[in-house]
Amino acid sequence: MQSVASQTLIDIHKLNLYYGQFHALKDVTMDIPEKAITAFIGPSGCGKSTLLRTLNRMNDMIPGTRIEGKVAIGGADIYSKEVDVETLRKKVGMVFQQPNPFPKSIYDNIAYGPRLHGIRGKQKLDEIVETSLRSAALWDEVKDYLKRSALSFSGGQQQRLCIARAIAVNPDILLMDEATSALDPISTLKIEELAQELKDKYTIVMVTHNMHQAARVSNQTVFFLNGEVVEFAETEKLFSNPRDQRTEDYISGRFG
Amino acid sequence: MMTKRKEFDHGLEELNELIVEMGQRVETAIARAMDALETIDVAAAKQIISDDKTLNKIEEKISELGAMLIATQQPVAKDLRRILVAFRIASDLERMGDLAVDVAKAVLRLEGQTLIKPLIDLPRMTQVVKMMTYEAIQSFVQENVNMAYKMAKDDDLVDALYSQIIRELFSLMMENPKTISQATLLSFVGRYIERFADHATNIGESVVYLVTGTRPDLNS
Repeated sequence: MQSVASQTLIDIHKLNLYYGQFHALKDVTMDIPEKAITAFIGPSGCGKSTLLRTLNRMNDMIPGTRIEGKVAIGGADIYSKEVDVETLRKKVGMVFQQPNPFPKSIYDNIAYGPRLHGIRGKQKLDEIVETSLRSAALWDEVKDYLKRSALSFSGGQQQRLCIARAIAVNPDILLMDEATSALDPISTLKIEELAQELKDKYTIVMVTHNMHQAARVSNQTVFFLNGEVVEFAETEKLFSNPRDQRTEDYISGRFG
Repeated sequence: MMTKRKEFDHGLEELNELIVEMGQRVETAIARAMDALETIDVAAAKQIISDDKTLNKIEEKISELGAMLIATQQPVAKDLRRILVAFRIASDLERMGDLAVDVAKAVLRLEGQTLIKPLIDLPRMTQVVKMMTYEAIQSFVQENVNMAYKMAKDDDLVDALYSQIIRELFSLMMENPKTISQATLLSFVGRYIERFADHATNIGESVVYLVTGTRPDLNS
């Protein structure tokens, strides 16, 4: 599962993040390559979700958050004053732990984003809905029920719908925050396979508590501890011969 | 906070114990086989052949336990290497047991004969490979890479003794063609013991792999 892409898309440099007095991310520096899957692992409270949320500025909404350092996507600083956060979030889609479709039809869930960004033509929207659902490996299962409420589908289908909804606005990056932890093993496998397919077109960054998922799916893995990056390596290397003893202890289940 | 993985660690410990037991049995087997050869003790040789079944059983047990640990505990990194290495070492030890059996079978073929010469270098070789086996297993138990490298150096001594034995047996055969049959058999025994040392060296390589994650070539 070697990474073919080595071009850096996300450049994080000396990033420090504070929630009030709490120093949640400490001098985080890393280059995340494009069109590959990068997994963040580490014990609860290590900062992995916090870092994920800095990538589309979700932390902006948390009062008392202070950020120092640089996060650049495609060379552009996403924390500069000129950045429009809505446009940023269009480019950096996110999928959460609990599937969170809107209480609307499948069709309207997917069309929501494109409409918001000004696309109106029915034919164009139909096309986006179909392509997005196909990309999320959901089309065959739902094509006859596009008008049915998204909430009537299974958790796994809802989660793939959320991925399709994120794809519909043509992002560069997909963030997955524990996107399979609420799903059964079969649905989990489907999402993992989907991630493998999507990485040819998108850069995926995932946070997972399931180390074996990181080992199965990702190209690079980052191990965090107490807000610091302990090790960033090719997944194969990190899980077979980690450099740092703390990584070894964590992935061997002897720590945390 | 360090946590113990009780069940898993217990399983790994059991794997180690099984390997140590195999190592001790193999050491005993090769030493007894050489004793049996020196005195052409057929009963002892038969015992060695029959004891080999236990070694095979332990190897199977290691395979089963290792497979069970992989299936149920999903080990990674060094934990995974511990199990992979246990498989390899068990297979080397099983082959070493077979080589001791080959020596014992040579004893059976010598029944009723007297040796064409008193055995000197073959028992010396056996002493060396027995020590190598002990050190190989110790280096595994202690995860001691230096000990593994030091042990592997003794393989040169074994090779030198083997060449010496072959030369000596060749001259015996040339002097007296009646010795050919027995001298050939004894040269095979030399070969078995030389192979035995190669397996001990393989164990050393496994130890280096276990500790460092890299695959060295201790045979070169």
